Amino acid sequence: MNFRDHRVMGDILDLARRYRDEGADELVFYDITASPQGRSVDRDWVARVGAVLDIPFSVAGGIRSVTDAEAVLAAGAEKISVNTPALENPDLIDALARRFGSQCVVIGIDSYPTDAGWQVASHTGDPDATRYGRRATLDWVREVQLRGAGEIVLNCMNADGVRSGYDVEQLVAVRGICDVPLIASGGAGEMTHFLEVFRRADVDGALAATVFHSGQIPIPELKAWLSGEGIEVRYESAG
Amino acid sequence: MKIAVIDSGGANIASVRHALTRLGHDGEVTADAATIQSADRVLLPGVGAAADAMARLEAAGLVPVIRSLEQPVLGICLGMQLLFEGSEEDGGIECLGILPGSARRFAAAPGRPVPHMGWNRVRVAAQSGPGGLALFDGIPDASHFYFVHSFAVPVGPGTLGACQYGVPFTAVAGQDNFAGTQFHPERSGSWGARLLRNFLEAAAWN
Repeated sequence: MNFRDHRVMGDILDLARRYRDEGADELVFYDITASPQGRSVDRDWVARVGAVLDIPFSVAGGIRSVTDAEAVLAAGAEKISVNTPALENPDLIDALARRFGSQCVVIGIDSYPTDAGWQVASHTGDPDATRYGRRATLDWVREVQLRGAGEIVLNCMNADGVRSGYDVEQLVAVRGICDVPLIASGGAGEMTHFLEVFRRADVDGALAATVFHSGQIPIPELKAWLSGEGIEVRYESAG
Repeated sequence: MKIAVIDSGGANIASVRHALTRLGHDGEVTADAATIQSADRVLLPGVGAAADAMARLEAAGLVPVIRSLEQPVLGICLGMQLLFEGSEEDGGIECLGILPGSARRFAAAPGRPVPHMGWNRVRVAAQSGPGGLALFDGIPDASHFYFVHSFAVPVGPGTLGACQYGVPFTAVAGQDNFAGTQFHPERSGSWGARLLRNFLEAAAWN
């Protein structure tokens, strides 16, 4: 499966600085092996990233309790992103929203198409631990909002890593029932893919990793191009 | 310079302290009245529920202390909303009442999800309030700042700058020595850093 090819990236701080300087609007740090390995995210690097970054960032990976979340937020993260632990214990979403406010609580959803509609997988950080068919995606999107999620990152596993574009059809379906910010994830391979997902699925953000890490799509160039196409983007230098 | 960061229980206190450090300053996170009163600058950060934050300030006996501060005070996000008279959160709660007006809940609408999260342009109506500080000194009008909130204060007499999210709302507020931003300067890139620097270093306050 495409989703199984995780890349091990270089120094997190160097990457954080690079993206900040390139004009990324927000960063998400995934400690993807945390849940499969049954541990929480390492707070030390969260604090070091928080000291360097002057743009918002969220942290994902094995946050299973209000106490876990508290530590990550106290280290300087803006938001916490919860995926597998929310599926295992949906009440966690309510507890996090009550304690920190919905705006801190991002729910990550790994979704894939089946003959019976889109389905949610968990433990996706480890191919051997991944469990499929946890929920019907649209039901889960509705439920997490009722429980207090403030943002949803929909990672379309079928599109992830293929670089042939976001799964616009699925994102349109989710957008239709999603009243909180929706971030598209999985599939970015060219600049046109970003334009397509903003225009057709009306998402609030588009997340990408590989094409930015590799430098294949420079962020300043992407933003300038999107702006020319009529998508509002942020420029630090603009008046 | 002594900078007091009032411990309002919000989740952005670490971010604010990091931002001060990047500007070469040190912020002391405190709920101690004497420490706050003797500081050169006071920051009131806040993220989360207004009721929780007000309860925390009341429990620490800080409500009259904050109201009577005479040095420059900057409220951030929920901290800005707390400077106003109230919030309709949880059926209505009373806030510090330093600025006129109240926070109201955003209504979600197609194309306008709530919470409002993201980078938006801020139009500055006035560089400063009467006797206030030019927070936007050197910052181009309509620059982008980072917002995360579900409640907002409608544009009113306390508004110094506005943002548009379906409806216009207060992005910057101020009066005399009190100022506030609905956005997060500590997470708003170099213009956010400039705004904080203006707050800390501009002489106009004195």
